[in-house]
Amino acid sequence: MKMWKFIFKRILQTIPLLVIVSLISFFIIRLSPVDPLAELRLNPSISQETLQKEKARLGLDKPIIVQYGLWAKSFIQGDLGVTSAGEKVSVKLAERIPNTLILTLIVIFMTWSVGVPLGILGAIYNKSKLDRILTILSSVGMAIPSFFFAILLLIFAVKSGWFPVGGLTSYNFSDLSLFGKILDISKHLVLPVTVLFTLSLAGLQRQMRANMLDVLDSDYIKFARAKGLSENKIIFKHALRNAINPMITLLGFEFAGLLSGAALTEYVFQYPGLGRLILEAVMKSDINLVMASLMIGSIMLVAGNLLADILLIITDPRVRS
Amino acid sequence: MFKEILKDKFAGKALIILIVMYLCIACANFIAPYSKDFSDRNQAYAPPSPVYTMTENGQLSLPYTYNYVRVFEPKLYQNVYQLDRSEKHYLHLFVKGEQYKILGIIPCNIHLFGTDKGGRFYLLGTDINGRDVFSRLLFGGRISLTIGFLALFILFPIGLLYGGISGYFGGWVDIIMMRFAEAVMAIPSFYLLIILASILPANMTSIQRFTLIVVILALIGWAGFARVVRGMVLSIKNEEFVQSAETIGASKLRVIVKHILPQTTSYVIIAMTLSVPSYILSESGLSFLGLGIQQPDASWGNMLKEAQEYINILYRPWLLTPGLLIFIAVLCFNLIGDTVRDILDPKGKMR
Repeated sequence: MKMWKFIFKRILQTIPLLVIVSLISFFIIRLSPVDPLAELRLNPSISQETLQKEKARLGLDKPIIVQYGLWAKSFIQGDLGVTSAGEKVSVKLAERIPNTLILTLIVIFMTWSVGVPLGILGAIYNKSKLDRILTILSSVGMAIPSFFFAILLLIFAVKSGWFPVGGLTSYNFSDLSLFGKILDISKHLVLPVTVLFTLSLAGLQRQMRANMLDVLDSDYIKFARAKGLSENKIIFKHALRNAINPMITLLGFEFAGLLSGAALTEYVFQYPGLGRLILEAVMKSDINLVMASLMIGSIMLVAGNLLADILLIITDPRVRS
Repeated sequence: MFKEILKDKFAGKALIILIVMYLCIACANFIAPYSKDFSDRNQAYAPPSPVYTMTENGQLSLPYTYNYVRVFEPKLYQNVYQLDRSEKHYLHLFVKGEQYKILGIIPCNIHLFGTDKGGRFYLLGTDINGRDVFSRLLFGGRISLTIGFLALFILFPIGLLYGGISGYFGGWVDIIMMRFAEAVMAIPSFYLLIILASILPANMTSIQRFTLIVVILALIGWAGFARVVRGMVLSIKNEEFVQSAETIGASKLRVIVKHILPQTTSYVIIAMTLSVPSYILSESGLSFLGLGIQQPDASWGNMLKEAQEYINILYRPWLLTPGLLIFIAVLCFNLIGDTVRDILDPKGKMR
């Protein structure tokens, strides 16, 4: 089938992309003057054996191309080395990735279910009072620095005492019932989700409004109007389908933006996500961890774009021809 | 275009606010009552100085203020600031203060406002080192409001040339160049930003650091821009005027730079005005984490670093003012960017 061929081709394209990404990140980090084993050597709890193993894995005495080969080989095999504290990087990442995914998926779901309708509203009632208000609100939403907004929400949380501050779970998490656990996590998620939601909602609403206006201006909509179709049918049956397609491409970018935006938000809220992990790793110059989380972040981003493109191949037959 | 921006209800005001902001940071030495390094260790976290225009018995008076004295409160077990009501300090315009140099040459010591000798006037309180927040806001603005522009001036020529070459040559050149650009885009930009910033050596002068941060910011954004330029070049390169330039015998580089790239001007202007805010935000985020501009230099981001502590945000709200200024600046740039797009992009005019 033609569609499957396209999807297969698109998946194949990501492989060279990931190879180049890994090359770029590897050389940026290796060319920096930091000794990748310095932290490990300083840590007295790391055994000589682990150190030797790491040395062999990284092949530090060999030329840099060989080093890259060794690193890539162990990465594909799932061996990401150890952190400066002696833990396995893969275990650490496995802890954090789901947290970041939960956060970003909730935010994407919420922004789409609110942003798209608001964008449609803005386009239908173009230049009305409602549209003006929405435009002003979206400008404001786009202008707040994420970390500043997060700080303001922290003040609110501390003063009102309604929301727990920091982390993803309370100290008594393990004693709670299943329902209690879910409630506890959602309470911790409220603040970070609010920050990221506000930030990405604004951009999404604007994009949707612009797309919808473009489509509403096209000839086939004029024709539909001339034919005497009801306004509801025009908008939801004819215009929306075409206006939403560019948004699917945007979904991939939004995912990318969220990964980046989440880092600062996670940092302020002490949320145990990938962004904070990489930040802490960078500050401790924990090279293995930085390298691995950079790669994982890129893979997540590429996967997000891939999913968006596949969705587009499925929904928009024009892409296939 | 300038007139059209001013005519717009929001963008006009935004432009005026931005002009005022840039004028203020340009004259920071004159407007700020203190220099950026001035600090009084006994006045850490002093609240904003109050201004009185009435004497104790209710008569009008010239504006005056009192100094703060730090008193140890045994009951609360902490230091509190109390007004020292024994001595009034009158506020004056054009007072003599610390020496600075106009344009780096002419020495001068006149400041826009200040108190008489012995008085301290903190319009927005002080930070942990007893430095005047208001003065540091002005000096910090110099960095925060210019760093984005500087990054753009590095990034846009690179992106234009890269996209131009890739689109014009096509074929293998295009494929390789675009795969590379896509790979750069595939790395989460903020992750790349903090990693690049963290490998900067610690013992740099502040000017070196500033320059390198600019370069890093530029390294993040060029790829996306180059991709769009390439798309535009692809559609332009088959036009007749390009073919005629080629027939005359213009070199390939000349065709790209002189004939094709000028066609993208309006997109470049739109993209530039719309991307200034994201660079202001990136710099402040970076400095907020302690990876950007370092103390004792001020930037709005690193001033906000102090707001990371609960006590500060709850009891010392004046430390949040840099965040407010970032917000205002970014909002203004966004409003102007939108209007510029509406003016230059005829399709946008329909919206």
